[in-house]
Amino acid sequence: MTMTTTRTAAARTKVLQRQGAAVALVLMVAVSWLVFPRFGSPDNLRDLALQGSFLAVIALGMTFVIITGGIDLSVGSVYALGGVLAAWGSQHGFLVALLLPLVVCGLIGLVNGLLIARTSMAPFIVTLASLLFARGLLLVITDEGANTYQIAADSAFVELGRGTVFGFGYPIFIAAVLCVLGGVVLNRTSFGQNVFATGGAEQSAVLMGVPLAKTKIIVYTASGTLAGLAGALTAAYLQSGVTVIGVGLELDAIAVVVIGGTLLTGGMGTVLGTVIGVALIKVIQNVINQIGTLDSNYQSVVSGVFLLVVVVLQRVLRR
Amino acid sequence: MPTEPVIEVAGVTKTFAGVRALSDVDFTLHRGEVHALVGENGAGKSTLIKVLTGIHTPDSGHVRRDGRISTIYQEVNLVPLMSVSANLFLGREPRTRFGLIDRARRDADAAELLSGYGITADVRSPLGTLAVGEQQMVALARAVETDADVVIMDEPTSSLEPREVETLLDVVRKLHESGIAIIYVSHRMDELYRICDRVTVLRDGRSVHSGPLRDLPRIELVSLMLGRSVNEIEKHGTTAFGEDHHADTQPVLEARGLTSKPRVNGVDVTIRPGEVVGLAGLLGSGRTETAKAIIGALPLDGGTVLVAGTPVPRNVKAATRAGISMLAEDRKTEGIIPNLSVRENIVLAALPRLSRFGVISRSKQDRIVDTFITRLRIKVSSPEQKVAELSGGNQQKVLLARWLCTEPRILLLDEPTRGIDVGAKAEVQALIDELAREGLAVLLISSELDELLDGADRLVVLRDGAVAGELEGAELTREHVLKAIAAEVMDDADSH
Ligand SMILES: Nc1ncnc2c1ncn2[C@@H]1O[C@H](COP(=O)(O)OP(=O)(O)O)[C@@H](O)[C@H]1O
Ligand SMILES: [Mg+2]
Repeated sequence: MTMTTTRTAAARTKVLQRQGAAVALVLMVAVSWLVFPRFGSPDNLRDLALQGSFLAVIALGMTFVIITGGIDLSVGSVYALGGVLAAWGSQHGFLVALLLPLVVCGLIGLVNGLLIARTSMAPFIVTLASLLFARGLLLVITDEGANTYQIAADSAFVELGRGTVFGFGYPIFIAAVLCVLGGVVLNRTSFGQNVFATGGAEQSAVLMGVPLAKTKIIVYTASGTLAGLAGALTAAYLQSGVTVIGVGLELDAIAVVVIGGTLLTGGMGTVLGTVIGVALIKVIQNVINQIGTLDSNYQSVVSGVFLLVVVVLQRVLRR
Repeated sequence: MPTEPVIEVAGVTKTFAGVRALSDVDFTLHRGEVHALVGENGAGKSTLIKVLTGIHTPDSGHVRRDGRISTIYQEVNLVPLMSVSANLFLGREPRTRFGLIDRARRDADAAELLSGYGITADVRSPLGTLAVGEQQMVALARAVETDADVVIMDEPTSSLEPREVETLLDVVRKLHESGIAIIYVSHRMDELYRICDRVTVLRDGRSVHSGPLRDLPRIELVSLMLGRSVNEIEKHGTTAFGEDHHADTQPVLEARGLTSKPRVNGVDVTIRPGEVVGLAGLLGSGRTETAKAIIGALPLDGGTVLVAGTPVPRNVKAATRAGISMLAEDRKTEGIIPNLSVRENIVLAALPRLSRFGVISRSKQDRIVDTFITRLRIKVSSPEQKVAELSGGNQQKVLLARWLCTEPRILLLDEPTRGIDVGAKAEVQALIDELAREGLAVLLISSELDELLDGADRLVVLRDGAVAGELEGAELTREHVLKAIAAEVMDDADSH
């Protein structure tokens, strides 16, 4: 009898963790569709997807990091740095504009990973340091932010951010492909299994032969690279390397990952959940913008409440 | 057996932060043999194993391995959040044509394989939802299925039920038949003599004996482990536990009609000062839950708990203040804080008493900690050593010390000797006896009937959360206990 109660409790936990965000998303979309006539318009939906795609790319990396039991606070700064590097690099052609941010941001991630894996420093501290480092670097190369690099409107690189297929921007497809790949890597490869094992029980993972250090290094490198990519795509879309973006973005990324059902303590999570979390946050933002009279800061209030509900539910249901 | 060795260790020494875990140890494992590795807790068995598997590098000495080693470590070392099948195949998953993990096949293979170990749980559910014994079986299956030449098992049966132990011993036999060499660490003599060919005894980090097991009398083996002569042990073994407790002394603990659905249904327990009352019963009969209900850790649906005639409010804090302390069954999750020092772990529960206006007197702490380390003979390099570094028996003593320094009048002990070796076990048992003689009232829960029969003055037998019988004096025999359990079973059958 206790067996069945624990089983059903476990099943309930699973459903709410997996599908809680999905149910909320469906409800939000349905209500918004009915209440706000503009919400369901193709233009609005395309815009929504585009806005979500940048965050999704960052949150994808964050999902892996959090499943290993870590955290990456540097992604907001790295994202901004990626954008500036891309804009600067665009003078030298498409490849430089794309690769320069990937390489530099990937290196920052690599250093994060090396420090976390090889010393026993907390991810929180290490990535907080690189948050400051990346933001500082950005300010240095932009003359304290006074210098905003523009990208020529007719360059191929701008096409990457603004080009569309059936009205859907390229970044949407890039994010979609990356998320599908991420899901496959997480669930269908040894590396993915190692990610789960690392976050689930580090000591056991060692004894089971999981290469902890390697797994962590890869995960943080990927997170940095993806944040850089998101920055580059944003720069291409905005046609310039805006220096003031990305402040606090790491917290949005963490929030959507957790809302999507990934355990903040590691060991459990899905890419699909993260994508749903991104969609949910973006729909909420969109609706608040539509109301118009509401201060846009309510976005944060609503996201915060959502996050709290999810975290409390995770806690309660895991009893 | 004059075959060539698969593992050969010579003169290995290993020191941890001043503690010499192994000194000049020699050990040889021959092809195809089942080799018992025994010794008291803290003797260095687990450390030797970690040296063999390469997790620890020895300070000096030689280790020669010839073949693949697969190990089941003492504590379950799997990932609770991952599925059973993912745990089983981590690192060697079946693949599809595209090189991706074939989940369907992994699950099917896992289900088939585990049914051979008596596990029928859904292999896709998280490992953590299985019982500890089942988890240990999964660990066993994982270790055995990796085509190893050597399988090492570090106290694999300490968390298993009797039925599971049989399954495990069967597996050991099968491995043995297929020519795999096995190192088997256990403190259960029965198991050792049933399956092992040879034995190596470690004492205080030294290898003191190596040879065939069958020719070695049990008492001789114990004396090798303890380093005391056979005579001494025999004398110690006959120390009588049971003393008369006059029915006229007032009970210090009275629990009446304790009910906490679904596991506890109207249990009455009384304990007098100086008395050891045992709680017997099958696994799941509500023994742990009864103890938890007494200390207020479980919500009550009915019943009262009186200490010296005064009702105790229903929460752990009040119960502790009234003088009830409980040593929980699972020291890993319900007691020990591994990253704190021995001192910090000991004084934790007594802090309120040791502090004045929130300031904690360090000298008082040190005095108390020193007293208990000496008195309970806790083996530590210093009171500042991390508890995680201690052996199981010593961790248990630290916990016992923690509760003793709250100066309880009633001590609830849930499986106090589980997972610790014979030497430490005898010590803990002697300690319980000593504490009772000083006037402490003890409630002792144990799955080992002999321990209860030896240790308790009176036994309360539980079945399905109710008292099935109370035994005292001449009734304290195995037969009476089993009858008390069985009688209820028959009544049950009648009523259906
Ligand atoms: N990682 C470690 N750090 C410090 N001391 C340790 C560590 N592992 C074991 N020890 C110490 O080494 C001794 C032997 O421990 P162990 O090998 O676990 O004994 P056994 O398995 O025989 O009970 C103990 O005194 C223990 O406290
Ligand atoms: Mg051990």
